[in-house]
Amino acid sequence: MSTEVREAPRDPEAPQDSVGGTLRSGRGRLADPVFKWVVAACGTIVLVILALMVVRTTAEAWPVFAKEGFFGFLFGDTWDPGTSRTEITGTYSAWPFIYGTLVTATIAIAIALPLAIMVSVYLTHMAPRRIAKPLSYTVELLAAVPSVIFGLWGLHWFLPNVLRPFFDALEGALGWFFLFEGPVRGVGYLPAGIVLAIMILPIMTAIIREVIAVQPLDQQMAGYALGSTRWEVITKVVLPSGFSGIVAAAMLGLGRALGETIAVLMLIGGSQSWGASLFGTGSSMASHIAATFGESSPESRIALMAIGVALFLVTMIVNILARVIVWRLGQTTGDSAV
Amino acid sequence: MSTTTTTPPPPTRHSPLSRRRPGAGLRRFKDRAATAVLTIAMVLAMIPLVLIIFEVTRRGIGVVDLDFFTQTEPPPRREGGGYVAGFFGTLYIMALAVLMSIPFGIATAVYVVEYGPNRLTSAIRFFTDVMTGIPSIFVGLFVYGLLVIGWGGMGFGTFVGAVAIAVMMLPIVTRSAEEMLRLVPNEIRNASYGLGARKWQTIMFTVLPAAAPGLTTGSMLAIARGIGETAPLLLTAFGSGLLVTAFQGQPQGSVPTQLYRGAMQPFEAGIDRAWGAALCLFVLVLLFTVVARWVGSRGSVGGR
Repeated sequence: MSTEVREAPRDPEAPQDSVGGTLRSGRGRLADPVFKWVVAACGTIVLVILALMVVRTTAEAWPVFAKEGFFGFLFGDTWDPGTSRTEITGTYSAWPFIYGTLVTATIAIAIALPLAIMVSVYLTHMAPRRIAKPLSYTVELLAAVPSVIFGLWGLHWFLPNVLRPFFDALEGALGWFFLFEGPVRGVGYLPAGIVLAIMILPIMTAIIREVIAVQPLDQQMAGYALGSTRWEVITKVVLPSGFSGIVAAAMLGLGRALGETIAVLMLIGGSQSWGASLFGTGSSMASHIAATFGESSPESRIALMAIGVALFLVTMIVNILARVIVWRLGQTTGDSAV
Repeated sequence: MSTTTTTPPPPTRHSPLSRRRPGAGLRRFKDRAATAVLTIAMVLAMIPLVLIIFEVTRRGIGVVDLDFFTQTEPPPRREGGGYVAGFFGTLYIMALAVLMSIPFGIATAVYVVEYGPNRLTSAIRFFTDVMTGIPSIFVGLFVYGLLVIGWGGMGFGTFVGAVAIAVMMLPIVTRSAEEMLRLVPNEIRNASYGLGARKWQTIMFTVLPAAAPGLTTGSMLAIARGIGETAPLLLTAFGSGLLVTAFQGQPQGSVPTQLYRGAMQPFEAGIDRAWGAALCLFVLVLLFTVVARWVGSRGSVGGR
């Protein structure tokens, strides 16, 4: 049957406009390579965009790096924008913002990672089969909530109704400790970190859950056969062999926490200072860019771009490491939306 | 090994194994306690979502009426009015972003799946993965540097905002399309080749239709993600409280940027409208997410 179809166009008298005919005609012969090159070009666009991102923003921000020097930019703590249109006249050192980013991301990971591990274990090993799937869908739904809604909810409901009383109590009990020194202003590092934790929880849960779920059953069965309880199997078999996946999930969550903008911006207070107290206000790198961008002079926009480049480098390193770990595990990260 | 470390001595010395309960004493207690703690953790993780849904609905429902979709926003002190500028801007920006990101994303996935694996496709796969982790604010800065002040010198506007959103959506579309194309069984491709179709005909008329439900799912999830993006728009579309129909050159509004500005000012009326916008945005995102999953689960070949 198929040989007949294949042979038909070899007949020189075959009509050129039939389906078989396109196999011979010049246009038909070109169609395949052209199609291939078109889709290959589309694929290459991803790489071009990434390359452009790195080159273009670095080139744009270069005068700031050149003036402040690498360490001066990272570790000085004066941010004093100039108003020039053509040259760099102000002082730009990003430490207060780098500090804010590090503190909020650390708080977020410290809260979200244990919770994500517990939720994943619960979903894979403990939840009744009937509710496990709806539950994991619901957790993933949390990932779909836009960050500006987290910010609005955090600022106008969660902070005044839940966090503020909690902070006051914390300050009353532990105020002597430098991390919890008053005054409690409401917005600050701690609320930003807590809301960030809520935001990265579903991302980390999705990955850890998948890593745990694909583990071979035989080791776990062997554990049960030796008389282990479920908890012993989880802590001594499941979690140790899922360790690298958990590290990868933590790093992907960290990458997300470092780069999150709007929710942090709404909750961190937006000051340009920094201090040890978690109740203090400050800015993260991303939030400072978004907060001051609108009213900035051309010169300080270039400096903001320099912050962006630094942020990009850090998140890229974290992300690439995480992806390499995940790829080594030989798994896809499942829901590509998270 | 666990038995030697954690098993307490059995209560009676010589009770036969068959009469001992399997997880007696401390170990059994630990197991129970851990189950309880993990259940509490699960509940704890669910609480924020419940609280957000409840609060956004409670405060938003009174604000959203017909005016909310047909009028522009008055000064934040005054009540009434709506977010029509934002809704129009979001629709405009998203339409352009969809046109830019979805064809490119799916074409990329086609190249990776149908013509791979080779060095280029593994590089593309890796960097698409990495791209999902780029901070959204940096995408905004990049488009600002590239188009707003850079090569085009285009200024703020609808188009540059759409470019930023498209860059955010592209890796999501590509990754999900890739997975969906991989799920299309090879028999279908071979059947198409057997009928004499060329490779491009096979892809266009056999593989893509077979994966269509899955591709729709991925695209809709990407739209759900793109619709709520705020940070890149602040730097590219910039935001506007008025209805802007210009393709490029005039700052364009959107629901998230307007919501952000409304939430950050001190007047109660403006904050109320922000809650209304949050409700609309939330319903939109939810709708896209749920419908996407539904389409995906119904798909015969591409579904999971």
